[in-house]
Amino acid sequence: MNLAYRDIKHNLLRFVLTNFGLSLLLGIVIMITGVYGGLIDDALRQARAANADLWVVEAGTNGPFAESSRIPGDTRELVSRVYGIERAGAVTYQSVQTELNGKPLRLFLIGFEPGRPGGPRKLSTGRDILRDHYEMIIDRSTGLKLGQEVPLGTHGHNFTIVGLMRDEVTSSGDPVGYITLHDAQALQFELAPPAARREVARGGAAETNDQINAVIAKVSPYVPINEVATALSRWKHLTTLTQEQQETLLSKFVIEKARSQQMMIMVLLVIVSAVIIALIIYTMTMDKVRSIATLKFVGAPDRTIVGLIVQQALSMGLLGYFIGLALVLIFKPYFPRRLVLDIESVAVVFVITIAVCLAASTLGIRLALKVDPAEALAASG
Amino acid sequence: MTGENRQAIVRVEHLSKHFGAGSARVDALIDINMDVYPGQVIGLMGPSGSGKTTLLNCIACILEPSSGRLMLDSEAVYDDRWLKADLRRLRLDKIGFIFQYPNLLPFLDGSDNVAVVLHLAGFGAAAARDRAIGLLDYLEVGHRKHAMPSQLSGGEAQRVAIARALANRPRIILADEPTAPLDSQRARIVMDLLRRIAIDQNAAIIVVTHDEMILDRFDHIFRLRDGRLETATGDISRSPVGAA
Repeated sequence: MNLAYRDIKHNLLRFVLTNFGLSLLLGIVIMITGVYGGLIDDALRQARAANADLWVVEAGTNGPFAESSRIPGDTRELVSRVYGIERAGAVTYQSVQTELNGKPLRLFLIGFEPGRPGGPRKLSTGRDILRDHYEMIIDRSTGLKLGQEVPLGTHGHNFTIVGLMRDEVTSSGDPVGYITLHDAQALQFELAPPAARREVARGGAAETNDQINAVIAKVSPYVPINEVATALSRWKHLTTLTQEQQETLLSKFVIEKARSQQMMIMVLLVIVSAVIIALIIYTMTMDKVRSIATLKFVGAPDRTIVGLIVQQALSMGLLGYFIGLALVLIFKPYFPRRLVLDIESVAVVFVITIAVCLAASTLGIRLALKVDPAEALAASG
Repeated sequence: MTGENRQAIVRVEHLSKHFGAGSARVDALIDINMDVYPGQVIGLMGPSGSGKTTLLNCIACILEPSSGRLMLDSEAVYDDRWLKADLRRLRLDKIGFIFQYPNLLPFLDGSDNVAVVLHLAGFGAAAARDRAIGLLDYLEVGHRKHAMPSQLSGGEAQRVAIARALANRPRIILADEPTAPLDSQRARIVMDLLRRIAIDQNAAIIVVTHDEMILDRFDHIFRLRDGRLETATGDISRSPVGAA
């Protein structure tokens, strides 16, 4: 005879309502875990999308994500000639804001050389960029469709969307767009026409926009990456970072404050959940004091009483967790930022939930074990 | 068969119980001696505060006496200290208790309220259910076996509570004013039932009561006043043995 189940069945409505509240709470814990996972994943996504072994950036900088980096456009050819480099591609990164249909549209634009490292990872629909100019591949989260045009830059050019990607956003939630390196250089480095005219009028130097932010290099599998990095470091105007260093920079420094804040919110939520679960279990035990006294009176051992409370606590935790998880999965597509829930983080929240339930039930167990069987007599007047 | 050669199922020797100490000390029970034999239905009476419930609780191993000796079913359980470590198991095996109010577990139906004791005693599910239903039938409340306590009348609930007290075939049944919430007719029915149980199960039944209307249902009546046993009265011919 399962007393915990019978008690739950007897007070089903109260249990369901309590559990619904707990599900929402645990759902928020799971959601914050997803936001945390999304923050890290988004931060690393662009660095990983490049599928690089080495990042060659401006000397003395941690570019191109942690710091700005500007190097000559011919650096890619220079890097390509180094022993061990299999392929290399020049890239630029920039944030832009434009207006479409009267609404602001923020984008993180990546300029790349089609056919070389640094391009989009995988298209969900459409095609790669084939023309030299004014074609664009963009993330679906913008809500834009194939064939739609996006005005970019000070020269009033429209970029046609030829491909769509999924889940390509930055750590700040801005959707990513890919354009050719030439277009990106023009957007980033070309002066606006009035400014260019003024520059010419004052006899300024001839304008050049052949600059890039980084060179992405793939190293031959037969040559140690560190050996190639050492060879590249001979050039004093360049700094070489491995992929691992780049990811460390992004996860440890670029998003460190946001990451710490998310972690703190998660810890606080777990504490709040623990307190609420403990109070719920304590209150449920308080409601059963007379029954517990009667059970003790008729000879129930402590393990029966403890089992009753622990089973109810675990039932609440398990149901609350799975309903909370289901709610998050159902509403996940409607969140403004990407939620990344991998098996590992979901399992960690599960283990924490069970641990919190067990810890929280100790309060109820303490109360139950203190109940004097004689209270059954007191209750009887 | 005489009183001398039958063994008391409840033996209380020089039992005392006090609460507090020094000037705040209250002597609830003073040097109580009593024997109760199988098949007897004993009344424990006295004014409020006389110590009758305290004595019942000491016999039920709920309240620790201050001194004296207590034997239940030929086994010494208290001799100036508890001699048994697991008093709950002792209660489960030897004592059935009927509360003034039924004190049924609100989340179990009639038969499960009885079966729960059997589960605790180690009965299997089917055996516990069968015995519980048998007891409810015996107490003429079998038709309410699936009713929740909140759906039972006062009399029905009290019968279920009596069935629970009988579930593990205890040799000692203690009842704390079991007829208090009942009218005089139902009170008599309950007392007749207890008498039948005492005979059928050869059990000793001790009933704490204020109810003068049911005095004729007892074999002996122990009267307590200010913690002392005053008198033992009763129809010896209805009793297997005399009470000390």
